[in-house]
Amino acid sequence: MATNIGQYTLRLDQSPSIIGSAAIGGKKEAEGPIGNMFDIVNYDAMFGQKSWELAESEMQHQAAQKVLDKCNLAPGDIQYLFAGDLLNQLVASHYGLRELGIPFFGLYGACSTMAESLILSAMLVEGGLAKKVMAITSSHFCSAERQFRFPLEYGGQRTPTSQWTATAAGACIVAECSQPPYVRAVTVGCIEDKDIKDLNNMGAAMAPAACTTIKRYFQDTLTGPDNYDLILTGDLGQVGSDLLIQLLQREGYDIKKKHADCGLILYDQRTQDVHAGGSGCGCAAAVLCSYIIPAIKEGKIKDMLFIATGALMSPVSVQQGQSIPCIAHLLHLSSTPNPKPQGGNL
Amino acid sequence: METVTNRAYAQMVKKASPPSKSARNIPLAFLIGGAICTLGHAFIKLYTSRGVPEETAFPAASVTLVFLSALFTGLNVYDKLAKYGGAGTLVPITGFANAITAPALEFKTEGYVMGLGAKMFIIAGPVIVYGIAAGVAYGIIIYLFRLY
Repeated sequence: MATNIGQYTLRLDQSPSIIGSAAIGGKKEAEGPIGNMFDIVNYDAMFGQKSWELAESEMQHQAAQKVLDKCNLAPGDIQYLFAGDLLNQLVASHYGLRELGIPFFGLYGACSTMAESLILSAMLVEGGLAKKVMAITSSHFCSAERQFRFPLEYGGQRTPTSQWTATAAGACIVAECSQPPYVRAVTVGCIEDKDIKDLNNMGAAMAPAACTTIKRYFQDTLTGPDNYDLILTGDLGQVGSDLLIQLLQREGYDIKKKHADCGLILYDQRTQDVHAGGSGCGCAAAVLCSYIIPAIKEGKIKDMLFIATGALMSPVSVQQGQSIPCIAHLLHLSSTPNPKPQGGNL
Repeated sequence: METVTNRAYAQMVKKASPPSKSARNIPLAFLIGGAICTLGHAFIKLYTSRGVPEETAFPAASVTLVFLSALFTGLNVYDKLAKYGGAGTLVPITGFANAITAPALEFKTEGYVMGLGAKMFIIAGPVIVYGIAAGVAYGIIIYLFRLY
């Protein structure tokens, strides 16, 4: 059974495994530094569909199908499905996954959804409530732009702090402890708002949430940056990453040498014109599923923290002058499972 | 987080956020915006040289620019030009045409009535509303003060 350690962290003593992952990317993502690691690349941004929303749905469908194929499983083998995206009423997930016939939970955690869905999947498996659970998230540049910003063809300049929503999706299957990567501990984030109102500077809005979750995890587990090979945040981009490092420095944690950000891995910031980096649910999902999970499987990464951050505003709340509430969820992923408890409480 | 106040964090954000590249953006806006206006003037010259009276040539040049802007919006070119042109592509009449054409294209998927028809003025609408309101206010002022 899982053990609460400290106030916020849950150690998953059984160490559920991520037994398979699949990542889908678009053209721009395929041209990025990890473009050759995607399972499927779609050069047609419409994915053969008639709207951007359906294109994103198709991408989720492809991700789900691909991960099932890679694990030699059928939809009937999966007991629960956690999915989410950025669109109103989660239409990408709802339309893309409706044919699978898997008991479904829709999640909205903005760009943190991959961590949120993985945490819930791992908790269900850890608690013995399910044998196999799927977690899947996506984002699409074009569907996000029209919902959150401007029509695609509108001529406007993006600010240097803005981030580029990834056209990408990632899917994982979590099952009982069997193979790396193992989910050893999770810390669920609290909503945090430092009164940032600039929609074009989401990294700055999200960095404090990431700082709090990481700090709480370190305090609860009595560990620090030196205990991990990699501290990977999802989608803080350049500005948010710089701020996170400064914030944690003030808390007495120097993560500079261990830190990387999915938004800066997915694209080449210098040549791909993404300004402060990538963002969107699909960004963290695709980086995790294409690049990180195989690296843990091969033993290249032994212990790492995956912290996906989400900005939880809506276009309406921002127009009404509200600031941006944010969240960050953390998972400790490892190439080895938790040691078996030797009696008593650890 | 307890240790950093919102105000202190706002300072940190300001320091960490790179500013817009004004040294590059402003001259580019001047050049590209200026080029669009020069093009407009070239059309006026062209039309008047073909015997079109001046009071017709001016609106005809505007109509031509609006058409070209809409065309290049549809061809996926105007937004790329605007990336460099900034205010230079926004301020001339071509920017207004782009602001109407872009949502018309984008929201076509929601149908010709509630999509294209309703959303067409989602960006340009405020300009029209406040443009007309300002015109009315100005008219009242002129009337009250009997300026002419």
